Amino acid sequence: MANAPQHSDARGTGLAVALLIVGLVVVGGVGATLYATGRWWLPPVASAHGVAIDRLFYSTLVITGVVFIGVHVLLALFVWRFAARGAGRAVYFHDHRRLELTYTIIPAIALAIMVAMSGIVWARVRLGAPPADALVVDVRGEQFAWLARYPGPDGRFGRVDPRRIDARTNPMGLDPEDPAARDDVVSRTLHLVVGRPVRVQLRSTGVLHSFFVPEFRVKQDTVPGMTIEIWFTPTREGQFEIACAELCGIGHYAMRGQVVVQSPEAFAAWLAQQRPALAPAP
Amino acid sequence: MAAPALRERHAAPGPPPAPPGDGGRWEPSPSPAGRAPARGSAAVTGVWLLAGAVAILFVAFTSTLLVRRAEADWRAGPFPPAFWATTGVLLASSAAVERARARGRAGDLDGLRRGLWVATALGGAFLGGQVVAWGGLLAAGVGLATSAHASFLYLLTGAHALHVAGGVGALAYAGWRAHRALVAPSAMEAATPAAIYWHVVDGLWLYVLAVLFIL
Amino acid sequence: MEGTEGGLRDAQGRRIAPGAKVRSGELEGTVARVEPAYGVLTIITEAARAGKTERMVRASTVEVLEEAPQRPHHEPFIRRYIFSLDHKVIGIQYLFTSLFMALVGGVLAMLIRLQLGWPGVRWGLAAALFPGGFAGGQMKPDFYLAVVTMHGTIMVFFVLTTVLSGGFGNFLIPLQIGARDMAFPWMNMMSYWLLVPAIVVLLASFFVTGGAAGGGWTAYPPLSAIPAAAPGSGLGQTLWLVALAILIVALLFGSLNYITTILQLRTRGMSMMRLPLTIWGLFVTAVLMLLSFPVLFAAAIMLLFDRLGGTSFFVPAGVYVGGEVLSHAGGNPLLWQHLFWFLGHPEVYVLILPAMGMVSDIMATHGRKPVFGYQFMVGSIVAIGVLSFLVWAHHMYTSGMNPLVAMAFMTTTLAIAVPSAVKTFNWLATLWGARIQFTTSMLYAIGFVSLFVTGGLTGVFLAQPPVDIYMHDTFFVVAHFHFVMASAALFGVFAGIYHWFPKMFGRFMNERLGKIHFWLTFIGIYATFFPMHFAGFSGMMRRIYSTQVYAFLADLAPLNVFISVAAFGLGLAQLLFVYNFLYSLRRGPVADRNPWRATTLEWETPSPPPHGNFPDELPVVHRWAYDYSLPGAPDDFVPQTTPLRPAPVAGGQDAGGPQG
Repeated sequence: MANAPQHSDARGTGLAVALLIVGLVVVGGVGATLYATGRWWLPPVASAHGVAIDRLFYSTLVITGVVFIGVHVLLALFVWRFAARGAGRAVYFHDHRRLELTYTIIPAIALAIMVAMSGIVWARVRLGAPPADALVVDVRGEQFAWLARYPGPDGRFGRVDPRRIDARTNPMGLDPEDPAARDDVVSRTLHLVVGRPVRVQLRSTGVLHSFFVPEFRVKQDTVPGMTIEIWFTPTREGQFEIACAELCGIGHYAMRGQVVVQSPEAFAAWLAQQRPALAPAP
Repeated sequence: MAAPALRERHAAPGPPPAPPGDGGRWEPSPSPAGRAPARGSAAVTGVWLLAGAVAILFVAFTSTLLVRRAEADWRAGPFPPAFWATTGVLLASSAAVERARARGRAGDLDGLRRGLWVATALGGAFLGGQVVAWGGLLAAGVGLATSAHASFLYLLTGAHALHVAGGVGALAYAGWRAHRALVAPSAMEAATPAAIYWHVVDGLWLYVLAVLFIL
Repeated sequence: MEGTEGGLRDAQGRRIAPGAKVRSGELEGTVARVEPAYGVLTIITEAARAGKTERMVRASTVEVLEEAPQRPHHEPFIRRYIFSLDHKVIGIQYLFTSLFMALVGGVLAMLIRLQLGWPGVRWGLAAALFPGGFAGGQMKPDFYLAVVTMHGTIMVFFVLTTVLSGGFGNFLIPLQIGARDMAFPWMNMMSYWLLVPAIVVLLASFFVTGGAAGGGWTAYPPLSAIPAAAPGSGLGQTLWLVALAILIVALLFGSLNYITTILQLRTRGMSMMRLPLTIWGLFVTAVLMLLSFPVLFAAAIMLLFDRLGGTSFFVPAGVYVGGEVLSHAGGNPLLWQHLFWFLGHPEVYVLILPAMGMVSDIMATHGRKPVFGYQFMVGSIVAIGVLSFLVWAHHMYTSGMNPLVAMAFMTTTLAIAVPSAVKTFNWLATLWGARIQFTTSMLYAIGFVSLFVTGGLTGVFLAQPPVDIYMHDTFFVVAHFHFVMASAALFGVFAGIYHWFPKMFGRFMNERLGKIHFWLTFIGIYATFFPMHFAGFSGMMRRIYSTQVYAFLADLAPLNVFISVAAFGLGLAQLLFVYNFLYSLRRGPVADRNPWRATTLEWETPSPPPHGNFPDELPVVHRWAYDYSLPGAPDDFVPQTTPLRPAPVAGGQDAGGPQG
C-alpha cells in the first residue's frame, strides 16, 4: 500500500463515531451526573456562606452543562453529516469574520457575567469584615493532627513558642511566662456555636496543611510562619470532620480532625469544663 | 548565487518570482504574498533569546529577594570592597569587546583578535576577583546561611559567575575563530554573538549589584 | 544534499564543497566549511607530525583535486543514530524516550489506582514486583506518595513536554518550514543528551534511602525542603530537583533552537502567516518554555540551597518538625508556589498548544477542507500564550494570599477561556462541510476536541475562587487536568503519531489496530476520569493514600473501584498501541511520499526524508497550508509549493515538486 485509501463512503464510521460521542459523552456523562447526585455529591451545606457558594456552583453546572451538551451534539452531528460520501469535494470555506466574531464575543460576555457573579460571592465570602461578636479560635495543623485553642477568660491568646512544644504536656507550645497564655484552653476537637460567626486563625507548626471542612465549604491552607484568618458561620448542629487537603507527608490521608457545632448553652457548658492547658493536673 | 548545504536561505532574497502561465483557474490562498524570512544571523537571534532566558532567571531570583527584604529581619551586609575592582575589570572587558568589534567592522582583523584576547583575559580576571571577594567574605564570617542577604549575595553572584564563565568561553572561542580567520567579516560571525552575550552578563552584574546593595 | 547549481568553483569549474579534496598553495586537505559570502573556506589538513589542523584559505587560491562525494554524510552508526546532529533522528530519539517514560508513568498510574480502588488489600504479585514499596503485601504510604509524585512529574515533564516539543517539534519544524535542519544542530543534540542523564537521575531516586520524592509534582516546601518532614524528602527530593534542573537546561536548548529556526530558516515564500498551525503551536510553546522554565530553574536552585546549604529562601523561622525546631529563619513558603506556578501554568499550555496545532492540521488533511479561521487560530494561540503568564495564582486561591488578588486572577483565568472557545468553534466549523476520512489520526483529532471541551468546562468551576475553595485539591481538579491537559495532549500525540508515522519511518501503522486502540482509549478515558468529578464533589482530597479514614468518604468505595477497573482497561489498551508501533516499524505497509495527500512541505520529500530533508533544492512556498478542495484545482489538495497560477497541465502530486 503506497497511499492511504481514499474512502468514498465513510458514512458507517461517521454514524458510529457520532453515536459514540452522543451515547458515551452526552448520554453517559449527563446520566452519570444525574446518578451521582444521589450518591456522590456535595455534602449538605452547614454554613451561611456555603449557600451562596452552592448557588454559584449550580449555576456554573447548568451553564457549562448546556455548553457541554451543545458542543458535543454539534460535534456528533458534523461527524455524522460530513463523513466522506460520494465523489464530491469538501466545501472550500475557511473564513467568515462575522461568525468568528460572534463566537468570540458571546463567550466573552458569558464569562464576564460569570466573573461578576463569582466576584460578588467572593466579596461576601472572603472580603467582608467578621462581626464583632465572633468567636475566635486558634487552629494549628501539625503532622498529622489538628489542635484548637480558645483564649480563656481573659479573651487574649498567649504567646506560643515552638521550642516549648512537648507532645505530651504542652502540644501547643504555650509560653508559661506570658500571663495571657496561662488561661488558654487547648482542645483536640474544635467546638463551635451554631449561628455564631467564628474567626478561625490558622497556623501550622512545620509544613503546609489545609483546613478543609466539606460541609462548611471551607478550605484554607495553613502556612508555617503565617497566621491566616478566615471566618464563617456554622448553621447546623452536629459533628463534622476536618480533613487535611494539602499534602503534608505520609500521614496526610489520616490527618482527621473533628468539629462539633453546638447550641450556645452546650458550648458554654463544654468550655466551662475545660481546664487551662498549663494548669497543673488536679 | 546559491550556496551549498545549510546556507541556501542567504542566497534566496525577495519573494518568489511569479511563474509564467495563463492558468488562473484556481488561485485562492488567503495568506498574504510570502516574504522572505527575516535576515540576520541565526546566532545573533539565538543569543538574544538566550539573554532573555537568562534575564528571566535573574528576575526570578531577584523578585524573591524583593519579597524577602520586606521582612522585618532583613539586614543588608556591607559592600565587599573587592567588588569595586571586579566591577571595573568587567566594565573594561566590555569596552575591550566593543573596541574589538569596531576594529572588526573596519576590517582590521589584527585589532579584532587583540581586542577579543584582552576581553577574554579581563573576563578571566573578573572570575578570579570574584573568588577573592567570596574568600574575603567567608574570612569575615559571612557564610551562605549567615543572613538572608548573604544567601542572596552568594546565590546571585554565584549564578552570575557561572554565566560569566560561559561568556569567557564564548569570547575565547570567538578569539580562536578570529585567530584562524582570513578576513574580518568571517571572524565577526562568532565575535558578534559573543560580544552581545558579554554585554548582557556585564549589564547583569550591574543589575545584581543594584538589587543587592542599592535598592 | 547540495544545491545543483552555483556555489564556489575553482578555476577548472569544479565545485568547492564540504568533503572535497583541495590544494591551496602548500596546503592540502579536505574542505570542512565554505563561506561563499566572504570567499573563504576552512580546510582540514593532515600533516604527518602535527595531526589534523583546521586552516582557513581564500577560495581564489584553491584548486580542487577531487570533488566532494555525492553523499558526504556517510557517518558511522554512532554519529548517525546515537550522537546524531540530524533533527529527525533527535526527534525520534525524543519520541522513543518519551514513550518509554510514558510506560513507566503508566505503570505508576496503575499502582495509584490499585491502592485507591482497594485500600488495605494485600497484593502478592505487586509486592513481589516492588519489594521496597510494599510491607506484608500492602502498599506503604510513603511509597504511594512517591508513586503519585513520580507519576505526575514523569507524565508532565518527561512524557508530554518531551514528546510534543522534543519529539514532534524536532521532527516537524525544519521539515514543515522547508529547512535543512535546526539552526543549532549541536545544541539540539546536547538537548537530547541532557534529557538522558535527567531521566537516569530521576529514576535512580526510587532506589535511594527514603525512596523517590514524595512531595507531589509541585514539591511545595517546607515539606520538600526539610529532609525530616517525610521519607521522600530526603535524597529522593534532592535528586528530583537535580533531574528537573538538568531537564530544564535541555528544554531551554531545545526551545532556543525552535524559535531561532522558525524565525530564521523558513524557506522562500514561507511567511509567518503561511506557517501550518502545528508550527505556530510549537513556536508559541517554545516561547513559553523559554520565558517560564528559567523561573522554575531559579526556584529549584533556591530549594536546593535551602536543603543543602542551610539557607532560608522558602523555610520560615520556628519550623517544628520531627520533635525539634529547625534553625531556618525568615523564608516564605508561598514564594515557591508563586515561582512554581509562574512556570507551572504556562507549562500546561506547553502541553496543549502543540497538540492544538497538530490537531488543526490533521483535521484539515483528513477532512479534506481548509482549517476554518486561520487568522483567529493563530491569534488565539498567541492570546493563550500571553494570557498563560497572567493566570498562575489561580492555583493558589486557598494558599493564603490576599483574597483581592484572587479576583484579578479569576478575571484573567476566565479570559483565557475566550480564545479556547474560539479554537473549539473553529474546529467545529472546520468539520462543517468537510469530507471526513476516518483515519485513526482523524479519530484522535475528533476525540481531542471532545476531551478539550470536557476538561475546559470544568476549568470554569475552578477559575471561580468561591467554587474553587471547595473543589481545590480534590479529585475534581484531578479529573479536570487529566481531561484538558493529560488526555487531550495525549490524544494530540496519538493523532500526530498515526499521522506522521509514515513520514518518520516510511511505513504505516496498522489502521485496524489503531481504530480499536482509539475506541478503547476514548471510552477508557471517559470511564476513568469522568467519575473522578463525583469523587471531587464528595470532597475526596488528592494524594490521599486511603479513603477509609474519613466517614464522609466512605460512600466512595464503589466509585473508586469502578475508576480503578476502568483505568486498568485503559492501561491495557495502550499495549495495543505499543504492539502496533513496534510491529509497524519493521512490518507496516510501505508508505509513499505523500500518503495522506497533504499540502505541507514535509510531504514533498521522500518518506523517511533523507539527510538534509529535501533531496534537491529547498522547496519554494507559494500558498498557505490549507488549499484542500480548492474549486477548479485538478486534485482535492494543492501543495504549498504549487504556484498560484499554475500552467494548465500542472496538477496532482506531480505539481508538488520544486518550481523555482
